[in-house]
Amino acid sequence: MSKNNIDAYRRKFLVGTGVAAAAVTVAPGLLLRQAQAKPADEAVTDKVRWGMLIDIDNLPNGGQGVVDACKKEHGWGNETHSNDKQKTHWVRTVKVTEKLTKHSFQLPVMCQHCETAPCADVCPTGASFKRADGIVLVDKHICIGCRYCMMACPYKARSLVHEAIYDQKPDSPRGKGTVESCTMCVHRVDEGKQPACVESSGGAIVFGDLNDENSEISKVLKEKGGKQIRADLGLNTGVRYQGI
Amino acid sequence: MSSNSKVSYSEVKNNGIGFYGLLGIFGLFLLAGVVAFFTMEHNGHHISGMDNQIVWGLPHIFAIFLIVAASGALNIGSIGTVFGKKAYQPLGRLSGLLAISLLVGGLLILLLDLGRIDHVIMMIKGFHLNFKSIFAWNMILYGGFIALVGLYLWAMMDRSKTAKKLYKPIGISAFTWRLILTTGTGSIFGFLVARQFYDAAIMAPLFIVLSFSVGMAIFIMVLMSAYKWTNRELGDFVLNKLRYVLAVFILGVLLLEVTRQLTNIYATEHHGVEAFILKGGNIYSTLFWYGFILIGTVIPVFLIFCKKLKNNRMALYLAAALTTIGGFCLVYVIVIGGQAYPLVLFPNAEVTSVYADGVINSYSPSKWEVMLGLFGVALTLAMVTVGVKALKFMPVSLADSVVDPHS
Repeated sequence: MSKNNIDAYRRKFLVGTGVAAAAVTVAPGLLLRQAQAKPADEAVTDKVRWGMLIDIDNLPNGGQGVVDACKKEHGWGNETHSNDKQKTHWVRTVKVTEKLTKHSFQLPVMCQHCETAPCADVCPTGASFKRADGIVLVDKHICIGCRYCMMACPYKARSLVHEAIYDQKPDSPRGKGTVESCTMCVHRVDEGKQPACVESSGGAIVFGDLNDENSEISKVLKEKGGKQIRADLGLNTGVRYQGI
Repeated sequence: MSSNSKVSYSEVKNNGIGFYGLLGIFGLFLLAGVVAFFTMEHNGHHISGMDNQIVWGLPHIFAIFLIVAASGALNIGSIGTVFGKKAYQPLGRLSGLLAISLLVGGLLILLLDLGRIDHVIMMIKGFHLNFKSIFAWNMILYGGFIALVGLYLWAMMDRSKTAKKLYKPIGISAFTWRLILTTGTGSIFGFLVARQFYDAAIMAPLFIVLSFSVGMAIFIMVLMSAYKWTNRELGDFVLNKLRYVLAVFILGVLLLEVTRQLTNIYATEHHGVEAFILKGGNIYSTLFWYGFILIGTVIPVFLIFCKKLKNNRMALYLAAALTTIGGFCLVYVIVIGGQAYPLVLFPNAEVTSVYADGVINSYSPSKWEVMLGLFGVALTLAMVTVGVKALKFMPVSLADSVVDPHS
């Protein structure tokens, strides 16, 4: 075998093993996601409760990447007429400094997808609702824009759209005069994918089924715990934090 | 049935420039309100002073105030019907008319401020109502109130035996309904767990007593103005009855509001918001101390009880006007003050963000919101004006010789 032939053989072998290794690594993920994807005509059930665990110590740049990824996915925050306090915010980073100890940290705050969501409780039309799988959403078709849900939300997670919206993302319909908030990327979740913020977090956010004790999120929560913002309200939020 | 046989009612006969001039002024405000509605509907709420921090603004203050006053205005009729006080019975018709008018005025403001008023039609067609929401209950309570008070008016005004027979049961039903209605209005705030200044069961009784005082105050002003402008006689007997009842109601509001504030002050978690409202040196502390306490409580009570001012009509009118202003100030402090104080995400910590976390929110109403609010007031007054012209709501005379059983 000439030297050239040996090199060609080596290249072929390396490419082959590389492809095989990649297939072995990626395929289970793909297969798993395929398996989790829900057919469009299948109703969601309460057997699943989607949740997120955010490790703020490992979240790059205080969670700004999460905000950027959410904006990119859903297209919010591009209003041109609204002032800063009127613009929509599905997620924001909040810097917290304890008054006594001066201990400081930063975290992303969005809809906490409460089990007993105050927004859904107060909504007169039922436009604000919690899906059986725990994701809190707004049905824009019957939202009358009364903003009672915004008065009721302890996390300031909801925004009224103060002007007409153009160039919308197909998966995130939005409308002037209606209220909106984090959807936990329900369009992606229903396809078996992860929310955009989770993908952008470099592993600092774990997404999964809180009802499944074998899911990664449940295991980490069981082992290391996770705190809720305003746990005193007893809302049993779907979003939990480590490091706060 | 209004049993005072000496009392007769008639439509207002005024046809002059004064009557149509008054309607014309109301018409201008109504037109301005319609312009405000279409402008906000077309542009979106970004042209308003409201935002995602202060989500309810001046239109809501006007609306809540008018709705609260509506149930209170009915009290004058209820005192006559439910509690059998004959002196109040001749006032029942006007009380009912004013109650419906105030409620319609307030409700329309709420409706016209909605982000998507067109979705209300879908909501009604699809019967999308969430019965866990006090808002949904209020929609039923408001509709029922208008229907019941309409029936109550019929029972007072119709001469049939059926109407006479149903007068008392309907009167009692309307009174009961109005108590539940104001409970519902107060509970809009009472059920808000998120906000430090709300989330208290006392909001419901506070709103009930507030409805007594502002409803009575507005009724007194409407009654005195109507009798003055139509040259009808209005004696001291009726006015003095209303005068002292008004004082009791004003003091009732003070009692409940002081209790509410003291309860809040006792709880450490509310210290921040209480300091902000009561001694913040801001518009809310000014409106509370000068608007509600001084102008809306102390001065009216003085005007009512000062012996030198007994039977002084100007003093009574002024007391009623100041009570109304004071009640409005209190609603302003509750609605805007409660939102201006930031949400507490982390107790005992300072929070900052690009989205106004941890900061006191400011609010300046736009002209559109002012126009929308005044639209509701104008609609109320226009309905009363047209009502007394079209039907027999006002007794021809309320002179002492007619209504005082001892005269």
